[in-house]
Amino acid sequence: MADAGMLRFHVPEPEVRPGGTPDFSNVTIPKAGSVPRPEIDVDPRTIRDMAFSIIRVLNRAGEAVGPWAGLLSDKELLEGLRHMMTLRTFDARMQMAQRQGKTSFYMQHLGEEAVSCAFRKALQPGDMNFPTYRQAGLLIADGYPMVTMMNQIYSNEADPLKGRQLPVMYSSKEHGFFSISGNLATQYIQAVGWAMASAISNDSRIAAAWIGDGSTAESDFHAALVFASTYKAPVVLNVVNNQWAISTFQGIARGGSGTFAARGLGFGIPSLRVDGNDYLAVHAVAKWAVERARANLGPTLVEYVTYRVGAHSTSDDPSAYRPKAESDAWPLGDPVIRLKNHLIHKGVWSEDRHTQAEAEILETVIAAQKEAEGHGTLHAGGKPSTRDMFEGVYAEMPPHLRRQRQQAGV
Amino acid sequence: MIEAIRDAMDVSMERDERVIVYGEDVGFFGGVFRATQGLQAKYGKSRCFDAPISESGIVGSAIGMAAYGLKPCVEVQFADYVYPAYDQIVSEAARLRYRSNGDFTCPIVVRMPTGGGIFGGQTHSQSPEALFTHVSGLKVIVPSNPHDAKGLLIAAIEDPDPVIFLEPKRLYNGPFDGHHDKPVTPWSKHELGEVADGHYTIPLGKAAIRRQGSAVTVLAYGTMVYVAQAAAEETGIDAEVIDLRTLLPLDLKTIVASVKKTGRCVVVHEATLTSGFGAELVSLVQENCFYHLEAPVARVAGWDTPYPHAQEWDYFPGPARVGRALIETLEA
Repeated sequence: MADAGMLRFHVPEPEVRPGGTPDFSNVTIPKAGSVPRPEIDVDPRTIRDMAFSIIRVLNRAGEAVGPWAGLLSDKELLEGLRHMMTLRTFDARMQMAQRQGKTSFYMQHLGEEAVSCAFRKALQPGDMNFPTYRQAGLLIADGYPMVTMMNQIYSNEADPLKGRQLPVMYSSKEHGFFSISGNLATQYIQAVGWAMASAISNDSRIAAAWIGDGSTAESDFHAALVFASTYKAPVVLNVVNNQWAISTFQGIARGGSGTFAARGLGFGIPSLRVDGNDYLAVHAVAKWAVERARANLGPTLVEYVTYRVGAHSTSDDPSAYRPKAESDAWPLGDPVIRLKNHLIHKGVWSEDRHTQAEAEILETVIAAQKEAEGHGTLHAGGKPSTRDMFEGVYAEMPPHLRRQRQQAGV
Repeated sequence: MIEAIRDAMDVSMERDERVIVYGEDVGFFGGVFRATQGLQAKYGKSRCFDAPISESGIVGSAIGMAAYGLKPCVEVQFADYVYPAYDQIVSEAARLRYRSNGDFTCPIVVRMPTGGGIFGGQTHSQSPEALFTHVSGLKVIVPSNPHDAKGLLIAAIEDPDPVIFLEPKRLYNGPFDGHHDKPVTPWSKHELGEVADGHYTIPLGKAAIRRQGSAVTVLAYGTMVYVAQAAAEETGIDAEVIDLRTLLPLDLKTIVASVKKTGRCVVVHEATLTSGFGAELVSLVQENCFYHLEAPVARVAGWDTPYPHAQEWDYFPGPARVGRALIETLEA
């Protein structure tokens, strides 16, 4: 029975703080292969328990098991491994470039590479992602040139965004990658609007919305779920739960709902949780959700359970708020190592070939970096013109901006 | 004027199937002010529909639709309710072209009834135009009559950039001659109540001179155009009344030419005084016409209080207050 009397204010706390021993015993991990794969036209009311489980394909022995396995060929899996390794190497080089003062800021994906790399392979050309700043795998896995990404990061003379945007806020309509705002959650409802437009136009293209665990607290997230649910928009609503929103543990945004996937249940949206460090599981669930959208069955909410191994950004220091060894204790492992072990288990990959691939990839990334740096870095070499600062605010420059450009002398 | 606004959307939807209209109560019912009446019946539920009560959802989804290639013209039921959508307008719609270097653009129109004069209290009377004129990347329109409302709205829908379209609600269902307590001339007898059939546009960024004069220039927009005209008639002052129509980008040329001619200027708006759009107008007049000025530039605006209910007409900057400012400016 509840006790009456003085009210007490409740603020959730993570299990452990710096100095403590990492403890993920509260994270229940179902066995790989144990979660069923329903038909895409399933009645959402019958799969509500999927919002509280975790779909997994790769087991600890490196085998792909259960009803969500078997969708990808060896060739596709090897390509997926290469994408994740490329993203990781790209991140390491750019992180270092920021430390060397070649740019102001960087955000890496360490530990989360599977989410965006595998998701991209479930989409068709013409589909549109509305990403956050931690889904560059969507570009890497779609063959977007690394040099162009680096040009953007360096804000150099070849930056397609003319130096106007913070590093990593890429934009590529051609590669189905909506301009990253940098504001949180705003893109979630925009993705739903894009999907509504596709349905209004009797098109076949679908949208994918992206958000992190922390920003699901924004009202735009809830607006997006209402609109997606009401208009049955052809959109996949992705929530990347990497456990940490800068220094704030996911319990602050999650509240009492149990999981982020469970947020979808009140809207009647089929809501699934998936092992975000399992390339095969991410791809299989993404494909299921994408097929539902394309079959006019409406939105699906997918929570990717993963862990942000690195800092939030180059301006953040996680040792101030979580134990240093916490990432090693994360029970879902590392996405690159898990896919590597699976491919070795299948006999199509080896430690030697992996080491060789690492060296090749590093060489490719360094070559791209050299080429990009030939176009300049933030504080040295070629840079966008000051005149570019005044362009593109409107389709046609209005008189007051023309006057200001004159005053600036450019 | 409401018919002219509806006609503008009708004409635009007829000409371009990418034009989509939605908002709260906008579909079946046709909007609380009936601006979209009949559009759903004519164009179907895919092109005119009801939205959940979520202004950030309405504007946010419209941005996504525009990025797709449609041309959404959405309604926010009252300008007083636009604040939940402010982030979407300021951080997203206004900057999308710039931040993506034209990779994505945002041709949306956000329509909203603005201003007081209908006993709407603080939640149905505000004039938030200055919150939008401060944002680079937006265009901001305030029409003052049916003819302009139609031509400006069609131009706004056809514009490649986001447009905030503020509709003075006091003018929706009939004209306003500056006084709430005197009989008015109906739109049918107003020259600008004449609305041509079919398609026409009024270019954004162009002001109109409503009353020629040589003694003082009055800068006004929306409902206040009529207040300014009434003040000029009642004081017998030979004022030139400029209806700005577009606040951003502003027709500075017309303003400067007039003030250089008259040497005096009074700026009026219904919105609160402090940091209002009038402050921008006064600065521009000072910067561009200082050596032609024979008196300080005066401002007449809403008092710096929330919009009251019972005291509405004490709050509203009516012809008496504007008239006093005209006299003081001439005597200065």
